[in-house]
Amino acid sequence: MSEARRNFIEGVRAEVPLLIGVFPFGMIYGALALNAGLSNAAAQMMSSIVFAGSAQFITAQLVHDNTPALVIILTITVVNLRHMLYSASLAPYLKDLSLRWKVLLSYLLTDEAYAPSILHYEKEGLQTHKHWFLLGAGFSLWFNWQVSTAIGIFLGAAIPESWSLDFALPLTFIAMVVPVLKKQPMIAAALSAGFTAILAYNLPFKLGLILAALVGIAVGTILEGRK
Amino acid sequence: MNIWLVMIIGGLITFGMRFSLIYLFGRLEIPETMRKALHYVPPAVLSAIIIPELLIRDGVLDVSLGNTRLLAGIVAIITAWFSRSTLLTILVGMAALFVLQWLG
Repeated sequence: MSEARRNFIEGVRAEVPLLIGVFPFGMIYGALALNAGLSNAAAQMMSSIVFAGSAQFITAQLVHDNTPALVIILTITVVNLRHMLYSASLAPYLKDLSLRWKVLLSYLLTDEAYAPSILHYEKEGLQTHKHWFLLGAGFSLWFNWQVSTAIGIFLGAAIPESWSLDFALPLTFIAMVVPVLKKQPMIAAALSAGFTAILAYNLPFKLGLILAALVGIAVGTILEGRK
Repeated sequence: MNIWLVMIIGGLITFGMRFSLIYLFGRLEIPETMRKALHYVPPAVLSAIIIPELLIRDGVLDVSLGNTRLLAGIVAIITAWFSRSTLLTILVGMAALFVLQWLG
């Protein structure tokens, strides 16, 4: 087996435990996006155009709430800013690659592809065919996400509207946010954002969402700095 | 609102951020404050969505026992706190909403 292929398979293998967790998530996304009012095609294509789980869930919710396009785009940007950290952290291992490889691997750079790859790179150091590992992890996740979205859309179409499935979106967000509320600044960030969102609810263009997010981020950062 | 335009621009921005420092390696560093601030993005954005979703019904603040989504949301928050499971939180929260709507 060639060195490149061996690295690719290693990447896929490292991704498998994550794929098991991501699959139901993709299905939930597909079903909920449909329920939030996206067409089958839009729900499916978002999984390859945006290809970022939490941003996709949030977009579905905001479309459901008739949020203006610019506010949705701003929110996607804020939510996905963390990818710059992954980009910075992987950059030294990818610096000698061609532009085409950098573009491909950047497109595939999600939370779930980043996590096993950086662990692997930090352990193994710089080697010639290392980018194939990231390709294996990233591509298997991408494939898994497309298929699980499609199954979710298929199943979601069968769920009657009277089931209030739109409520599953905020429930998904509760499941994402509650486990990270461990330290004081995190709790303060969440509470201040929630409180601001209520106070600023009637701002035009749903700008209250952006304002609330910024207040929460600022409160958390300032409180952490004071410790 | 055009969902396709939102997806394409949102996708391009997301790609741009993923590509940014891989492309600019050595020429740009992420400031420490921004690194810190990024930790607070998920709880801030998600809470800014969740709280109005639970507390505001039809455009008005509704903190009463008649607000079934608020009660079901509290059940879900408790479930998430103890189980740390996404699937269980969704299932219990939806079940709570069904029961409360049925009772109401």
